[in-house]
Amino acid sequence: MNQRTIYLDNAAATRLDERVLQAMMPYFLDTFAVATSQFGYSLGIEAKEALERSRATIATRLRAPADSIVFTSGDTEASNMAIKGVAMALGHKKGRHIISTGIEDFAVLHSVRSLARQGFEVTRVALDEHGRVDLEALRAALRPDTILVSIQAANQEIGTLQDLQAIGGITREHGVLLHTDASHSFPRVELDVTQVPVDLVSLTGHLSHGPRGIGALYVRDGTPLTKWMDGGFQEGNRRGGVENIPGAVGFATAVELVTPEETARLQGYRDRLTTKLLAIPESRVNGHSVERLPHNANVSFRYVEGESVLLHLDLRGFSVSTGSACFSRSLEGSHVILGIGGDHERAHGSVRFTFGRYNNDDDVDAVADAMADVVTKLRAISPLGKE
Amino acid sequence: MSTLPYSEIVMDHFRDPHNVGRIEDADAKSVEGSPACGDMVAVYLKVDEHEQRIADIKFESYGCASNIATGSIITDLAKGKTLEEARNITWQQASDALGGLPAIKVHCSVLAVDALRSAIQNYEERHGLVTEQTPTTLDELRRRLKHVMNPAVGLDIVRTKLVSELALDDGVVRVVLDLSSDHQFGNNIREEILERIEPLWDVHSVDIVFGRD
Repeated sequence: MNQRTIYLDNAAATRLDERVLQAMMPYFLDTFAVATSQFGYSLGIEAKEALERSRATIATRLRAPADSIVFTSGDTEASNMAIKGVAMALGHKKGRHIISTGIEDFAVLHSVRSLARQGFEVTRVALDEHGRVDLEALRAALRPDTILVSIQAANQEIGTLQDLQAIGGITREHGVLLHTDASHSFPRVELDVTQVPVDLVSLTGHLSHGPRGIGALYVRDGTPLTKWMDGGFQEGNRRGGVENIPGAVGFATAVELVTPEETARLQGYRDRLTTKLLAIPESRVNGHSVERLPHNANVSFRYVEGESVLLHLDLRGFSVSTGSACFSRSLEGSHVILGIGGDHERAHGSVRFTFGRYNNDDDVDAVADAMADVVTKLRAISPLGKE
Repeated sequence: MSTLPYSEIVMDHFRDPHNVGRIEDADAKSVEGSPACGDMVAVYLKVDEHEQRIADIKFESYGCASNIATGSIITDLAKGKTLEEARNITWQQASDALGGLPAIKVHCSVLAVDALRSAIQNYEERHGLVTEQTPTTLDELRRRLKHVMNPAVGLDIVRTKLVSELALDDGVVRVVLDLSSDHQFGNNIREEILERIEPLWDVHSVDIVFGRD
């Protein structure tokens, strides 16, 4: 590629911030020892201190106590740990019923599916057309043998935010644990666990300019959770395995660098881009217009297919994502768009644009112009929409 | 662009597809696929009645890059050919002419070839060249299943032995697949089978069973 790539797929991965890399470097090259107890050698003690500082930084962002944070290899592991850990802890005591949604990211979706295959019962709670949980349906779905409700904080594709305060109110009232996958919202969207009654929260470092391979699970004190990543006594005996200290330091540094001002800037891009894209005929927003991730725009264009859009945009130097079946690894249309009552055509024509730190105002205009051009080009050869 | 999964030829056809558009006074046309399954190709023919030769051909595409490219190449290959010659063009020839397609995209070339064949059939039906509807046989079902690709390898599901049982009884087709329903391509293969078999005039229902469940 000769021109600069305008990267608009920050919900898939983000560019590492140089300051994050600088913060991590010493823990590869100098303080590289494993974290040791306070009775270990200095290098290990220093490593342990760095790990605990990182833990405290991330905990603070959630207004949680430091020891409620368990570092993992990412949000996928965190969600597996939460869902399967609760199932193992309560499956033989309280019951085997789990409530979730059909639009979760694959870590949650497939963890729940895997439990269903082992005899757990799963209820997928109804959603409205924007992807928000129907609170009455949730209330009605709760049973005496319900052990866990797992509902994401924000959707990975359409950006819709859930009303966790209300959801948590209901689960708390019924004495049921609530897990939320906040990997797409944290730390841009505030989550205060002293206010919001969630018990388990999945987090990741790689979607906010931190490194890949590091994430965390917030575990509210007293939450029944069976350890299944067996190994040593690391992470308060909740997850075996040598700690990823450079990763933890990178994650914490990345979290600190995300500011409300920056997030407001991205939200401005989102809103401006959405307005421009909706000027293209036969287009519509996917997800909620207000209660959505500040850096996510998702629009469907009729009569065109997303993989073709993506490739034409790539040839022009833009990186975006689509919910089209042709683009997916299973040749299935986006389970999210289908899950909110959209049809295959809407899924195929959906394009997701997600902003990050390294985008600017010009990117918005450039991609909007390119989109208008590509949609026109593809509609010209489409058999649809020309009656 | 060395990292793209598509050959240079595919990319050329994708960027500037040949024979795009409609023929308003077409002698025959066909549409394969549907917006629901994601891929859709429409083919329009002008036929030289005297020579039974394709005088002009155009296509429209709603689909991915390989769908557009195969529509483009298939119309290139068919132009000027007799109906008989055009009918014998295979998806393999289309794919070869494009310099190959990724395994997961081979089904797109099958769709384009089917659209061409359907257009030819449409011409023959319109011009009284087809006399009667023949009853569906197991051979016909097998032939159609050979047009359903196993996206994992880019070969059809019969050849890759994914069809462990096939039965036809009084308009009811039963297909048992050597797959579990949560297989990566399970839903895709199921929908492709339905799409190929349901249109048969004497088939009332299609029962697809995931044999590994």
